[in-house]
Amino acid sequence: MTRKLSLAVAAGMMLIGSAASAETLKIGLADDPDVLDPDQSRTFVGRIVYTALCDKLVDIDPDLNFVPQLATSWEWSDGGKALTMKLRDGVTFHDGEKFDAAAVKANIERSKTLPESRRKSEVKSIDTVDVVDPLTVRFNLKAPDATLLATLSDRAGMMMSPKAAAEAGAGLGAKLVCSGPFKFVERVQQDRIVLEKFPAYWNAATIHFDQVIYRTIPDSTVRLANLQAGDLDMLERLSPPDIATVKADSKLQVVDVVGLGYQGITINNNNGDRSKTPLGQDPRVRKALELSIDRTALNQVVFDGAHLPGNQFVSPQSQFYNKAIPVPARDVAKAKALLKEAGAEGFSFEMQFPNNPDMTRAAQVIQAMASEAGFDVKLRATEFATMLKEQSAGNYQATEVGWSGRVDPDGNIHAFATCKGGINDTKYCNPEVDKLLDAARRTNDLAERKKLYASVIEILDRERPIIYLYHPKWIWALSKKLQGYKPYPDAMIRLEGMKKAS
Amino acid sequence: MLAYFLRRLVGIVPTVVLVSMFVFALQQMLPGDPALALAGEERDPESIAYIREKYHLNEPIWVQYGYWMGGVLKGDLGISLRTNIPVTDLLVQKLPVTIQLALMAIAIALMIGIPMGVLSALKRGTPLDWLANVTALSGLSIPNFWLGVLLILLVSVKLGWLPASGYESPFDDPIQNLKTMIMPAFVLGTSIAATMMRHTRSAMLEVLRSDYVRTARAKGVRERFVILRHAFRNALIPVVTIGTLQLGELLAGAVLTEQVFTIPGFGKQIVDAVFNRDYAVVQGVVLCSSLAFVLLNLAADMAYFLLNPRIRT
Repeated sequence: MTRKLSLAVAAGMMLIGSAASAETLKIGLADDPDVLDPDQSRTFVGRIVYTALCDKLVDIDPDLNFVPQLATSWEWSDGGKALTMKLRDGVTFHDGEKFDAAAVKANIERSKTLPESRRKSEVKSIDTVDVVDPLTVRFNLKAPDATLLATLSDRAGMMMSPKAAAEAGAGLGAKLVCSGPFKFVERVQQDRIVLEKFPAYWNAATIHFDQVIYRTIPDSTVRLANLQAGDLDMLERLSPPDIATVKADSKLQVVDVVGLGYQGITINNNNGDRSKTPLGQDPRVRKALELSIDRTALNQVVFDGAHLPGNQFVSPQSQFYNKAIPVPARDVAKAKALLKEAGAEGFSFEMQFPNNPDMTRAAQVIQAMASEAGFDVKLRATEFATMLKEQSAGNYQATEVGWSGRVDPDGNIHAFATCKGGINDTKYCNPEVDKLLDAARRTNDLAERKKLYASVIEILDRERPIIYLYHPKWIWALSKKLQGYKPYPDAMIRLEGMKKAS
Repeated sequence: MLAYFLRRLVGIVPTVVLVSMFVFALQQMLPGDPALALAGEERDPESIAYIREKYHLNEPIWVQYGYWMGGVLKGDLGISLRTNIPVTDLLVQKLPVTIQLALMAIAIALMIGIPMGVLSALKRGTPLDWLANVTALSGLSIPNFWLGVLLILLVSVKLGWLPASGYESPFDDPIQNLKTMIMPAFVLGTSIAATMMRHTRSAMLEVLRSDYVRTARAKGVRERFVILRHAFRNALIPVVTIGTLQLGELLAGAVLTEQVFTIPGFGKQIVDAVFNRDYAVVQGVVLCSSLAFVLLNLAADMAYFLLNPRIRT
């Protein structure tokens, strides 16, 4: 009896022991991802989860160069109209299916043809996909597209199991089957997403967790409280006022990096009647508004200096930044002079902004600064979905709004500044800019692209449809026990090499 | 009485239908475009057109309502535009959470509020009464979310006694479930307790002044029996009314508390759905909540019969 009992106890303890050695990483997200299907989803936090679930054809390094992931090498041919990729051997999907060129073809077709797909515009430049051999695939483009690699480094390049996709159709989001380091276990809407280690992952040696749990905690104070209490190991989007608290905590650390996006003031140039104001019509008035704003002070007052002031659609750290046009200092005298010249002294306009605390504070600071130059800014807090509609319908004069940013500079400007751009809410239209931007996306020559974008920036600096103010930094708070986290400008949490010290 | 009960049950249907129509109309009046809100940052025109087509957003409002109502009668509450999950599945996931939170909160409210109200009424004018009133007023005045955040900072961060947020199903881990629910239930319960306490107190005071209580005392009935059998039972009627209303509100989802403690219940669901213009989800949650509310009111009316025979006619 005693022996059986002690054997049972020993077995029990072994079980407990093995359970205790299962390493779990708990990450706090600021929003809940939407449907977990790379072809259908649209949320930023969804992409963070995909970083663990789905491998892509190519990835980026912290300097935004493209590196192999599912594709091991690639080359352009046919004047930039064909991209041939060699694929990694021995990769399987979470359901055991083999990853090969046919799978790539099936994935791209799905992105193009699935009715619910939100990737259609991204893969529009791909005409056909050829399976050259099981490990070689060729993309044939309608016209050269320098942004293709960037596209394939994001959701459109995430490879899902064709078998699972065919079976589930649009319902794949309920149980995503990819080939990444972790596989899907369960999801409780607006609470958590649980993933477990995929043992057959090709790079499994770099993964040191058995389980990852993403928890959605929208309130930033509560998210931080969870980290402080040890219920989270890491959180994304630490609120700037909390940076000092985290730095003072001996158990926590702050990690940050300048992101790919920007925040600024989008001005209605030509979108309906409300653009017929001095602000919308006269670049001098827009320049005056820009000169009245002290970007450094704005950053300091509202964000404790956490972000990076900027004046172009890429950050000063980007290789595409036009160094000949640095961030201007505040110049109230010049602003007043310009307003006088334009005959718009005391000009009053309405600026709308999303009604969250940070944007509200920033809007108030802008209002105060602009008033010293002679502007009368009326503020209007608007709920986000409404604001989108108003902007797209042209029912605004100025909006304080930003853009999350894309790896390729084209993603930060083409859709906003070309005459027929899909997100061109300003309805700014300059055929010269169109020509330059279209040329920049058609050549793979880096030096050539830099020159083209530099020219665009010069023109935009003269005409200023959008006043770029700063580039938000991505800020994470982590437990000091978490080692090996490398911040990337695209804000994705890459789990390779991360481990928890005991 | 059975006839009355059945008549009331039948009357629920037009009430719930009217509420659903009203909310449907309200949603349409919201500024903003659901297709635009859900299409994604890139605003791909093909995506927008597809969303409009699939969810009949181009049709007139009464046609859209017709589609929804047709679905409801077949047991299909539609699909969440944001997540592609059937609304019924979402509701099934979230209803138990909200029910549990509501029941726990109301239990705490009753356990604190009613005895405090009774004692306060009995000891009227004494320091105990004063203390109870001050506590009640604090409970009513302190915002839920503020109390919630303070509790998290104290109990979870400083003391480490309870998890800071999250939710665990009682079927998976009952102890963890209690640990995650006790703080939000307490926060909700204390503010309701304040209301219950005030109503119990005033109801008791009124009943204690009544003729039959005076008669019972004159007859020499022991004070404890006077309070419990005569006074308390009659004082319960307004308390049942208030309790039912509060429970109904709780079932609609305690938005702020759920947000602070990250409890995946109705409250959070409906707020997110409104911001995302996810019409079907809002309709589904409202349908559930209004049904619950109406049924609770019916239950309250039945309770009156039991408590006070004079109402039975």
